[in-house]
Amino acid sequence: MSAETLYGLGAALLAAVGLYGFVVSPHPLRRLVGFNVFGSAVFVVFGVVARRGAAAGLVADPIPHAMVITGIVVAFVSTALAVALLLRLHAATGRASLRDDGA
Amino acid sequence: MSAGLALDAGIVALLLCAAGAAVAARSAFAGVVGFLAYGLALALAWVRLAAVDVALTEAAVSALTGVLLLGAAVRLRASEAAVAAERPSRGLRLAAALLCSAVAAGLAAVVLAFADPAPSLAPDAARRLPATGLDNPVTAALLSWRAVDTLLEKVVLLAGLLAVWSLAHDRAWGGRPGPPPRATRDGALALLARLLPPIGIVTGVYLVWTAADHPGGAFPGSTLLAAMWVLARMAGAVDAPAVGDPRLRAALVAGPLAFFAVGFAGYAWADGFLAYPAGWAKPLIVAIEIPMTISVAAALALLVAGPPVRAPSR
Amino acid sequence: MSALLDGLGAAAIAAGALFFLAGTVGLLRFPDPLSRVHALAKADAVGLGLIVLGLLPHAADVATGAKLVAVWALVQLAGTAASQLLASAARRGAASG
Repeated sequence: MSAETLYGLGAALLAAVGLYGFVVSPHPLRRLVGFNVFGSAVFVVFGVVARRGAAAGLVADPIPHAMVITGIVVAFVSTALAVALLLRLHAATGRASLRDDGA
Repeated sequence: MSAGLALDAGIVALLLCAAGAAVAARSAFAGVVGFLAYGLALALAWVRLAAVDVALTEAAVSALTGVLLLGAAVRLRASEAAVAAERPSRGLRLAAALLCSAVAAGLAAVVLAFADPAPSLAPDAARRLPATGLDNPVTAALLSWRAVDTLLEKVVLLAGLLAVWSLAHDRAWGGRPGPPPRATRDGALALLARLLPPIGIVTGVYLVWTAADHPGGAFPGSTLLAAMWVLARMAGAVDAPAVGDPRLRAALVAGPLAFFAVGFAGYAWADGFLAYPAGWAKPLIVAIEIPMTISVAAALALLVAGPPVRAPSR
Repeated sequence: MSALLDGLGAAAIAAGALFFLAGTVGLLRFPDPLSRVHALAKADAVGLGLIVLGLLPHAADVATGAKLVAVWALVQLAGTAASQLLASAARRGAASG
């Protein structure tokens, strides 16, 4: 088993862990943590693809790397927006819950 | 099993433990701390995957994300007990675990079924690298071949910032985010906020400058600059600028404007949007990168600061 | 000569790893936050110093070696400040969860 395949399989497990945290956690902040773990695991799969594409004197294919860098920053923007929404919800309703209680 | 493979297995195990701790922690605060550890271990994994630029970006951005989430976790601490009661039933949790295992199995099958020999754009990249005047293929990909992606990402950054600002109360529109600064009583934090920012600013600018030939980049560099501002603000040494300040807004749009200007000029002096004329690639890339670093750093810092809460002073 | 340097470097890195292990054991086994911070800050600082010392002979040039030492100095600064902040927070009873 090569190192890349090991990281790829690890990323598959990490994606499952992150997705479970996202689906099951009632607290929106913990859902954000799960979402970030899931996203970064998918990025690692990109990294595995890039590493396997090493050729012509380059250690890795640079195009997936550029996509992952862009994705990391965009994931940060989404997390920041989600946190701002959550804090506003908490300030407005006093609760950090996403459940609609008919109020 | 070689030493390298043993190290990789150790890093993957560390990643799984950190992610598990982040997801299964008892409180949101502990979960975010686990996420911070996960981000650092992930940077190590990126280095092992020969992606040093990505490792730098991941380390910087996940640290900033951790700071953001920590602040939110502390502010939401009082309401955590009420939310915990909404935990789904055991049956639902089991179903979710089965679903996630299916996702993991699918991803693992995809990873194991990768084509051999692997398709790759590396030969094309290596062939077109000398024309850009750069030595770092990832920087060339970000700012020359896939420059449109980077431009649109800048726009997304600004759009996200506008969305965060739009959450302000009407009376606070145009004002300053966060509470007024109060010099911290912690001597260690005050010392750190005085000592680290100069080093951080030099390192950030260096990261942007050296990305032409060595691993680095505008993104880890500007994240570092934003983090230094966040540190100074945590120590109460600086105040957040007013959101309506025209100088701040000029700094925020300078990057995308320069990018668009060079892009449209590409119709005039080369053969398309964001095309560079021969021999001019590197100076144009530097001309884009400098305002871009300022804009990205300002946008990231303001995203951490949040929406304005203090009414603007007239 | 280079074999001697390699051996010394390996010994320094191994000793550094041992210090890190000791610090982690302290983190897991000590009873209260203050002693845990103490174990982590002290052991990790010495451990990192030993690892940097072991890597210096293999540095490509003086600039890289200087960067290694700078990394250690920065980690020292950040680690010391962080342990002070953690300790004062623990004393105030704010650290929880």
